[in-house]
Amino acid sequence: MTAASDLAPSYDLVVIGGGPAGLAAASLAARAGVSTVLFDENPGVGGQIYRAITTTPVADRAVLGEDYWAGAELASEAKASGALIVNGATVWSLDPQKIVGVSIAGKARMIEAKHVIIATGSQERPFPIPGWTLPGVMTAGGAQTALKAQGLVPSGRTVMAGTGPLLWLLAAQTLRAGGRIDAILDTTPWRNWLQALVHLPDFALSPYFAKGLALLREVKAKVPVHRIDRVGAVGKEKLSEVVFASGGRERRLPADLLLLHQGVVPNVNLANAAGVEHVWNDRQLCFVPVLDADFGSSVPGIAVTGDGAGIAGGTAAAERGRIAAIAAVRALRPEATLPDTQAIRQKLQREEMGRAFLDWLNRPAESFRQPEGETLACRCEEVTAKQVRDMARIGCEGPNQMKAFLRCGMGPCQGRLCGLTVTELIAAERKMTPAEVGYYRLRPPVKPITLAELASLPISEAERKAVER
Amino acid sequence: MFKRLADTGTAVAIVVDGKPVAARAGDTVAAALLAAGIDHCRTTPVTGAPRAPYCLMGVCFECLVTVDGVGSRQGCLIPVHDGMKVETQIGKREAGR
Amino acid sequence: MAANVGAADYDVAVVGGGLVGVATAWGLAREGCRVVVLDEGDRAVRASRGNFALVWVQSKGLGLAPYAGWTIRSSNAWGGFSDLLKQETGLDVCFQRPGGFHLALSEKELEARANILKRLHNQPGIVDYKTEIMDHSQVARMLPDIGPEVVGGSYCPLDGHVNSLRLFRTLHTAINARGVTYLPSHRVESIAKEGGEFRLTTAHGEIRAGKVALAAGNANMRLAPMVGLEAPMRPERGQIVVTERLRPFLSYPVVTLRQTDEGTVMIGDSKEESVDPAGLTIGVSATEAERAVRQFPLLANVNVVRTWSAIRVMTQDGFPIYDESETHPGAFTVCCHSGVTLAANHALSIAPMIARGALDKSLVAPFSVRRFHVQEAG
Repeated sequence: MTAASDLAPSYDLVVIGGGPAGLAAASLAARAGVSTVLFDENPGVGGQIYRAITTTPVADRAVLGEDYWAGAELASEAKASGALIVNGATVWSLDPQKIVGVSIAGKARMIEAKHVIIATGSQERPFPIPGWTLPGVMTAGGAQTALKAQGLVPSGRTVMAGTGPLLWLLAAQTLRAGGRIDAILDTTPWRNWLQALVHLPDFALSPYFAKGLALLREVKAKVPVHRIDRVGAVGKEKLSEVVFASGGRERRLPADLLLLHQGVVPNVNLANAAGVEHVWNDRQLCFVPVLDADFGSSVPGIAVTGDGAGIAGGTAAAERGRIAAIAAVRALRPEATLPDTQAIRQKLQREEMGRAFLDWLNRPAESFRQPEGETLACRCEEVTAKQVRDMARIGCEGPNQMKAFLRCGMGPCQGRLCGLTVTELIAAERKMTPAEVGYYRLRPPVKPITLAELASLPISEAERKAVER
Repeated sequence: MFKRLADTGTAVAIVVDGKPVAARAGDTVAAALLAAGIDHCRTTPVTGAPRAPYCLMGVCFECLVTVDGVGSRQGCLIPVHDGMKVETQIGKREAGR
Repeated sequence: MAANVGAADYDVAVVGGGLVGVATAWGLAREGCRVVVLDEGDRAVRASRGNFALVWVQSKGLGLAPYAGWTIRSSNAWGGFSDLLKQETGLDVCFQRPGGFHLALSEKELEARANILKRLHNQPGIVDYKTEIMDHSQVARMLPDIGPEVVGGSYCPLDGHVNSLRLFRTLHTAINARGVTYLPSHRVESIAKEGGEFRLTTAHGEIRAGKVALAAGNANMRLAPMVGLEAPMRPERGQIVVTERLRPFLSYPVVTLRQTDEGTVMIGDSKEESVDPAGLTIGVSATEAERAVRQFPLLANVNVVRTWSAIRVMTQDGFPIYDESETHPGAFTVCCHSGVTLAANHALSIAPMIARGALDKSLVAPFSVRRFHVQEAG
């Protein structure tokens, strides 16, 4: 275990996040002779897609599937590359001078980097429906994490709801593992096909096409699937039933567990706090960093790669990580021999081919992104959709003003689970685009640290004088 | 809600709100609570509503618990160890613990 | 919308949608004025989103004795002001006035504190606001959680605090209920007086009003000369650290540390010359944290959930500027640092003066910008 005190004061390259993008980037850079450290907040490497790849108790390889096990090679390559890999390390600050604030086991350090690769990946898109804060309601990604890392499978009455490939993958994995799924509530709007269809030929050529079809077939053979346009969780202290409707006809299913998923979006908090410029991506309905062909951001020396650069999936993330790492090595150690970038870009292109189809097809409906009434928009501060809409109606036209008015985004998750919802609600009420509305301005610490940790950091004379009078 | 796929792995004994809970090496605190069938891990500091682990990937902060006397820790990021004391968190955290 | 507004559709245009602007606008609406508030957008440099929320009296007025009286007037009016807002909106801004502390972490700091208070009290015409110096054990009787390094402090029974973000929301809710037109993203580019009315040019068209109140914070520096006024400013940056919600442990606000009604602890009061609102100095946050832990050791393990920096609205001598234009009658400046403390005055005293069309010299003459000219002449 690497302790905070074991870290050098500076590294050539700091990689943040140990998923496919971070692992591939750190391996490539370290092999090219660049002093590299990789920080990851989880107990082990792999990120979400290859979660617990080195420790999973799921022995039967068929349960998680071969795509999962492909992560083992990335992990072992990274381990052998000479990069220092530190798990349990939470990066809570990054500034344009590339000073990285990191905490390990309750001890904080400020580390200097010449170059930073942010590979913090994605998170599941907020799914604000009535009752989504009840115990018994979880994200599908969360359930998948519990399966990969601890071998936990849903055993009670289980309902899955939403849209997107992960939902079907989790369903298949759960069934293979002998878990229980009572129903799948598919929220994909039929009209999505109108925009998706033109991209079908590309998708048909991508590696996801055959896999996707097989998954659907595998799941649909065993589980009833309902197309729905409304869903809510009901229960007093915990989930007792799932209410759903299609075309006005309401139905109820008793349930112990409701797993929600409507796609993933870039985890923007760290990049946003570092001052990286972001733009609204209307196809993926989220903010993405503005990047060059090498994933370099608007802040010199800071790259954002993997799904954090815009959603493209795990195998694409690794290629993106390599491209970002090659650019870093070129800047830091021009004499190093590097792999053929062109070949990597071609692989990446192939991986990204089916993305437009998947994005358009699985674009969540407005009603699942823009809640109404008493449905909570902000889980931490318990701010309702109605409150956000009302303030927007009386003139609040941005999320930062909204945050001041209602405290949405001020809780411990720091806007991760309300940011997109609040932006979209304001846009809807004020007849603006999400691009015009913008996003929360985030500040360090992007993950909480203790006051004692903050207090332990180096303080200059001028900084002290700014406070002591 | 959840069962263990295979009851393998080294047993790790933790204590949750004073009661013994059998965890496994490789569990995070949040996973151990789910596996033990514990309904909720905290009540919110705003309205006192019960909450349980939601995302299990460090994003949502719903699994905040007191671990070995230190409050508001993300249960999904902390591996269990033998003798660990976990307490569910009721409302606002108390300063000094 | 704005482009279609006819001549003199508004009695008063308030420039600035921060706490000073909306408090003034609310007061004007109470006087029966038709009011428009012209504001910038979501990313505006905005002190009202970054303030420390004290309704503070102690140490106000060193260098300008009437400022102490003006501050106490607002502090005394605050209870009634918050009651009125609650009646109109149903929102409680949680004004509390238990008295407040300034804590010293060394004998040197305590001595410096005592010196300031002595100089303050020795000024002619100063109102006595009963601040007393206390030693460690006296402070500990009221603040039992202080650490051993706290050597003492000063306590003023008139000090208090409020939930300033809720105040901001409440005032916006209240002006809306009173029919004030609020126009965000209407940054005022120029102001001219033509045919007895003011024409304010914004990115979204021209607004016409009989009077204009400049409450645009540091931007008053740019706007005031357009209507024959002056607002000499020297903005500075402050940073605040805020913790997760905690059970109540602190019964009195400290000038650098307070527990909000929601439970969070705000720690602050840094001053830096930088005026980059996007920047944030970790070392400054670290200093604030370090002092907070020395003052209240039980906070050591508490989580910091946010930090932020904001640009203080600061006039060149730190005191408010209230003026009316001689060359452009009907134009006023309402400009100060303590927008929370003085909100009651702005709503209940300044706004009625603007509605009448003349400042009450017996109350605000000392805060004219003329004080700078006197100093220059002397």
